[in-house]
Amino acid sequence: MTSVRTQSVTVRRAAHEAPRRRSPRWTALAFLAPLVLYMLLFYAYPLYRNIELSVHDYTPRAFVQGDPEFTGLANYANILADDTFLRALSNTAVFTLGSIALQYALGLALAVFFHRTFRLSVALRAMFLVPWLLPLIVSASTWSWMLNSENGIVNSVLQAFGIGQINWLTSPDTSLLAVTIANIWLGIPFNLVILYAGLQNIPADLYEAAGLDGANAWQRFWRITFPLLRPVSAITLLLGLIYTLKVVDIIWIMTKGGPADASTTLAIWSYREAFGTGQPDFSPAAAVGNILILIAFAAGLVHVHLQRREERA
Amino acid sequence: MTVRRSWWKTAVGVVLVGLMLFPVYWMFNVSLTKTSDMRADPPHWFPWDPTFEGYTAAFGQQLPALATSLFIGLGTVALTLLVSLPAGYSLAKLRPLGARGIDFLLLVAQMIPAVVMAMGFYAIYIRLGMLNTVAGLIVADSTLAVPFGVLLFRAFMASIPAELMAAAQIDGASTWRTFRSVILPLSRNSVITVSLFAFLWAWSDFIFASTLNRNSDVIPITLGIFRYIGNNTTQWNSIMATAVIASIPAAFLLVLAQRYIAAGVTAGAVKD
Repeated sequence: MTSVRTQSVTVRRAAHEAPRRRSPRWTALAFLAPLVLYMLLFYAYPLYRNIELSVHDYTPRAFVQGDPEFTGLANYANILADDTFLRALSNTAVFTLGSIALQYALGLALAVFFHRTFRLSVALRAMFLVPWLLPLIVSASTWSWMLNSENGIVNSVLQAFGIGQINWLTSPDTSLLAVTIANIWLGIPFNLVILYAGLQNIPADLYEAAGLDGANAWQRFWRITFPLLRPVSAITLLLGLIYTLKVVDIIWIMTKGGPADASTTLAIWSYREAFGTGQPDFSPAAAVGNILILIAFAAGLVHVHLQRREERA
Repeated sequence: MTVRRSWWKTAVGVVLVGLMLFPVYWMFNVSLTKTSDMRADPPHWFPWDPTFEGYTAAFGQQLPALATSLFIGLGTVALTLLVSLPAGYSLAKLRPLGARGIDFLLLVAQMIPAVVMAMGFYAIYIRLGMLNTVAGLIVADSTLAVPFGVLLFRAFMASIPAELMAAAQIDGASTWRTFRSVILPLSRNSVITVSLFAFLWAWSDFIFASTLNRNSDVIPITLGIFRYIGNNTTQWNSIMATAVIASIPAAFLLVLAQRYIAAGVTAGAVKD
């Protein structure tokens, strides 16, 4: 629907054209003004406040009165020295990498499956969007109930195979796995849709030629589909990474990051410090949030770099 | 031969969809289960003795929250369009100063975790007295959709032939008039796509609702469900019934506007 090519057609205004009533520069800026104002007020300022929170010691009292003590990078130092930090970092890595790897693999398998149309394929493909469109609270609470230790359907099915009760959400050994599984399920549709669109852009005659050369389906996938899909794959994985780093709702609703920090990621840690305990501690929370931004930003730079390379290709 | 193969694929596809949508089926099933059957072991696979007690309870308690969410969703759509439509037009067609910088900032804006935004908004709102207000939530929710909106409009409007604009100008139309009478009607599809996503994101938002709207009587449906779970862990049929009701907009949009959704998901990631 959209072509992301920058204007390939720009009409040079000929010299004899009627002079415009206003300078186009001003008009261009006037149309842009609401966005600039919006970004200053609603992105830049909240971000500035967040940085400001992280370099002061905001006790709840100081938060209301506005007279916090300036502490420089002490909050960051405390965060890095905190036992929770390494735990949260490794949980973030497991949750994020596990999620995007499996979302991508399953999404790609499904995209290839749907690539050649068959009866009902369009309708069935649309059905796959459902998990992505549901409010997260809906998905998360459904998974919570399915994974319930005593009454959950998952344990009930496992029991039929002779596997004993697993305390998915209440045992520190499995809670991270449980939220990761739910998150993978949530991310499959997004991967499927993007990768499917990428497959549609691969010229069909390549497959025909390969077929004539006697390549089987396996070879066609690894020699044609996968290499040609590489740019789309890279973008999909990066977007997935940026989204997954930020995840709060699904984990918070299912486990609150527990038990005993077993499913606490950086985002959850930040959320809990600020809003989850009833004792808001904004300064360390903001510091954790800013560390998270830096990680996402590094991923974003890679993303921009890849897109530039894409556009040149 | 080919026909048989195609049916075989359809059968596999149906099974895959069944597996994928099992949690959604389960939500329905549980929402229709009697409270007394809730703890049955093994759980009932089908609602063979359905009850609507869950729905009665859900509607009785959550109707105001549904109305609030609807209002917030529509407000978010309006604010998002108001900011991103003219900006998309300017970036695509008018070559303003600093366009590259804006592009970069929009990308960065999408990387900021919502929890960070929530803290910033909280610190600001506590001073302005905007905590626990619907207006505050609309503003916060719109930050989820504005960067997406600008990038999508920009990409779409860039593909509108410059000749059309030139023709309008030769007829003496001002830039504003060109925007209103030429660009906007042509951009109808992308307006639908952006509106859809802005609405869905606002409707589904949990982070802003749970942080900026914690002590309010006027709460969106996501917070309604969350409080419900916190307050009673036995009434899972009512919780799931509320969840089913909260999913209606998503289902509705999927049936009506699937094309626009697919377009929105792939925007910016894949070139057509």
